[in-house]
Amino acid sequence: MSRWRFLFAATLIAAVPLTACGDTTSGPTTTAQNVGGGSGRTSSRLDIVKQRGKLICGVDGKIPGFSFVDESGNYSGLDVDICRAVAAALFDDPNAVEYRNLDSTARFTALAGGEVDMLSRNTTWTINRDTSVGLEFAPTTFFDGQGMMVRQDSGITSLEDMAGKSICVETGTTTELNLTDQMRQRNIEFEPVVYQEADAAYAAYAEGRCQGMTSDKSQLIARRSTLPNPDDHVLLDVTMSKEPLGPVTVNNDSAWYDTVKWTTFALIQAEEFEITQANLEQKKSEDNPEIKRFLGLEGSLGQDMGLPNDFAARIVRHVGNYGEIYDRNLGEKSQFKLPRGQNDLWTKGGLMYSPPFR
Amino acid sequence: MTRETPQKVPLLRDERFWRIAIQVIVLAIVGAIALILIANLNQNLRQQGTVFGFNFLRNPAGFSIGDTPISYRTNDPYLRALAVGLVNSLRVIGAGFILTTILGVMAGIASFSENWLLRKLSLVYVELVRNIPLLLQLFFWYFAVFFQLPPVQDKLNVGGVLFLSKRGVALPWPANLSATWLSLAALGAIAIAVFFLWQWRTHMMVEQGTSGQPQLIALAALGLTALFILSFGLSWQVPQDTGTTIRGGLQLSIEFAAILAGLVVYTSAFIAEIVRAGIQAVPKGQWEAARSLGLKSGLVMRLVVFPQALRVIIPGLNSQYMNLAKNSSLAIAIGYPDIYSVANTTYNQTGRPVEVFLLIMAAYLVINLIVSLLMNKLNQAVQLTER
Repeated sequence: MSRWRFLFAATLIAAVPLTACGDTTSGPTTTAQNVGGGSGRTSSRLDIVKQRGKLICGVDGKIPGFSFVDESGNYSGLDVDICRAVAAALFDDPNAVEYRNLDSTARFTALAGGEVDMLSRNTTWTINRDTSVGLEFAPTTFFDGQGMMVRQDSGITSLEDMAGKSICVETGTTTELNLTDQMRQRNIEFEPVVYQEADAAYAAYAEGRCQGMTSDKSQLIARRSTLPNPDDHVLLDVTMSKEPLGPVTVNNDSAWYDTVKWTTFALIQAEEFEITQANLEQKKSEDNPEIKRFLGLEGSLGQDMGLPNDFAARIVRHVGNYGEIYDRNLGEKSQFKLPRGQNDLWTKGGLMYSPPFR
Repeated sequence: MTRETPQKVPLLRDERFWRIAIQVIVLAIVGAIALILIANLNQNLRQQGTVFGFNFLRNPAGFSIGDTPISYRTNDPYLRALAVGLVNSLRVIGAGFILTTILGVMAGIASFSENWLLRKLSLVYVELVRNIPLLLQLFFWYFAVFFQLPPVQDKLNVGGVLFLSKRGVALPWPANLSATWLSLAALGAIAIAVFFLWQWRTHMMVEQGTSGQPQLIALAALGLTALFILSFGLSWQVPQDTGTTIRGGLQLSIEFAAILAGLVVYTSAFIAEIVRAGIQAVPKGQWEAARSLGLKSGLVMRLVVFPQALRVIIPGLNSQYMNLAKNSSLAIAIGYPDIYSVANTTYNQTGRPVEVFLLIMAAYLVINLIVSLLMNKLNQAVQLTER
C-alpha cells in the first residue's frame, strides 16, 4: 500500500520540474509575429542580449586575421572585431563578448537554436541561405572570391591541370558547391575529399593527400601562414566565385538584425567621415551636423533603434573604424599585407558603402 | 469499478486502481513532454519562416562526393546523394562485420592458447585497444598509418597486382560482367553441395562405419573446380598503372581503408573479450571430457567447447555489431563520405537540420534493427535444444 503512495508521490515530484520546463518554452524566446520592429515590438533578441549584459558571438576561431585564438586565449581578427563593435555599441565594453567556436556545419543550427546571438564567421551571403535556411545577412564586411591553393613544385597552373587530382574541401561551405559547379562547367573530372573540420582538411592537404586545397582566398592566405613551409604553396590565378562575407542573425527579428546591420554600417561610415580612434574627440568638437548626428551628439538615431544614442562613437572609441580594423588584422599592420582592393571605400574605388545616417 | 468488491476498500487505497492509474499518469507525462517539444519546434520553425517537410530532397544536390559506389552526378537530387552515402556506410559496415568477426574470434581464442607469446599478445592487444577512444584511433590510422604511404607518382607496387599510395589502395577485383555473375552463382552452388556432401559423409561414417573415402574424393574434385572458377571464371581485373593514375580493379580510398581498419581493430578487441567470456562459461568438465577422449586441444576447442560457447557469445556479439554500425558515423572526421557526412552537407546547404537528422536516425535505426533481428534468429539457432 505505502509503496504505491510512495510511487505516486515520486511521480508527482518528478512531474513538477517537467511542467516547469514546459513553462520556460513559452518564455522570452517565443515571440508573436514580429511586425516591423520599432515601437510596440514584442521581445527581441536585442532585449535578451541587453538583459544578459554580454554578447554571445559565433566565430570560427581558427583563421588568422579573421578570428584566431592566441596562446593566452585572446581572440583577434576582423570577424572578432565585428563582435566587439556590437558589444561596444550595446554595453560600452568591447570585451563583453563570449565567443563560441563553430565549425561550418554547426554554425547555422547554433544560430537558429539561439545558442549564439549572431555569427561573425566569414559566412557567404547567398539567396538560399537568406531565404530557405532562414537567416538574415548583415552588410558584407569582406568581399572575397574562391581560390585554389597548390604546391609550387606540382606544376599545376590552371584548374584544367587539376584533372584526375584530389582536392580537399570543407563540408557545409559554399566553397564545396562552387568547386563542383566550376569543375562541371569545365568538364574536369576530379576527386573531392570532404572534411568536417578545417584543421583536418588543411592537415590532409599539407600531408599530400590532396594536390589542391580550395577555399576563400583570404582564408587560404591566412591558413597558408600556419602550414609547415608557407612558401611552398601558391594560389592559382583564378577566382571561382563571389564570396561576400558578413555577420548573420536569424530571420524575423528586425530589432536585433538592425542592431547588427547598423553597427556594421557605422564602421564603414566612420571611415568615410575619417573618424578614427585617435581623432574621435577632435571630430566631436567639429561643427559638422552629419558627424554630430552620427556620433549621437544631435538627434536620436541610436535611441530610435533601442540603442544608446552615442553607439557609433562607442564603436569607434573601442574598436576603430572599418579601415583601422582591416589594417590591423589583414592589411598593412598585419603579417598578410592584403591590399584593400574591393574592400576599400566606394570613394576610393572599392565596394564598401554605407547608407546615410540620417 | 472497485466499489463492488466485498471488502469495500476505498478507491485510493486499492492497489489494483493504482496499478493502472500510475501507468496512465506516466503515459500522460510522456505524451505531454512530447507535445511540448513538438509545439516548441513548430513555433521556432514558424518564427524562422520555414515549413517542416521533405520536399527539398528532390532538389539537385550540387555537391560532389569522393567515393561513389553507385553512379552519382552532381545535379542528382539530394535523395540520390544520401543513397550514395548510405551505400558507402553499408560498405564499411558489411566489410567491418566480416573482418571484425574473424579478427575478434581469433584474438579471443588466442587468449586460451598454450603458446605463451600468443596469449600475451592477445592480452596486450585487447587492453591497449579497448582503453583508447575510437576517434583517436581513427586519426592514428588515417594520419599516422595511411598518410605515410608514398604519393601517387611513386606508389608502392606489390607484385604488380596491389598498389598502395596516398590516393588509395588498388586491388584486383572481378569485373562486372555476366560471366562473373554466372561464376559466382556456380561457386554458391558448389558451396551448398560441399556442405551437404560433408554432412552425408559424417553421417555415413558414424552410422555405417564406412571410411568416407569416396565422398572425400568427390569433395576434392569440387574444391578444385571452385579454385578453377575463382582464378579464371571471375574475370579478375588487375589494376593498371598508367603512371599518374591507376585504372581498373577495385580502388579503395585511404579514407575507406582508415575507417575500416580503425573500426575493425577497435571492435575486434571487444569481441575478443566476449569470445573469451563465452569460452570461460563452458564448464571445465567439457574440456576434461573431450581430452579424455584423446582429442588435441585445437580439436577440443573446435568441436566441443566453441559450439557451446556460442550461446553466450552471440548476444554480446550482437551489441558489438550494432556499436560498429553506429561508430561508422565517425567517418566524417577523416573525410569518408558516409551517410552521416553526406547528410551533414545536405542539412547545411538546405538549412533543414530537423528533417535531415530524422532521416539519419531512421537510417541507423533500420540498419541496427535488421542486424538485431538476424542475430536473434542466429541466437535461437544455437541455443541448447532440450529434448
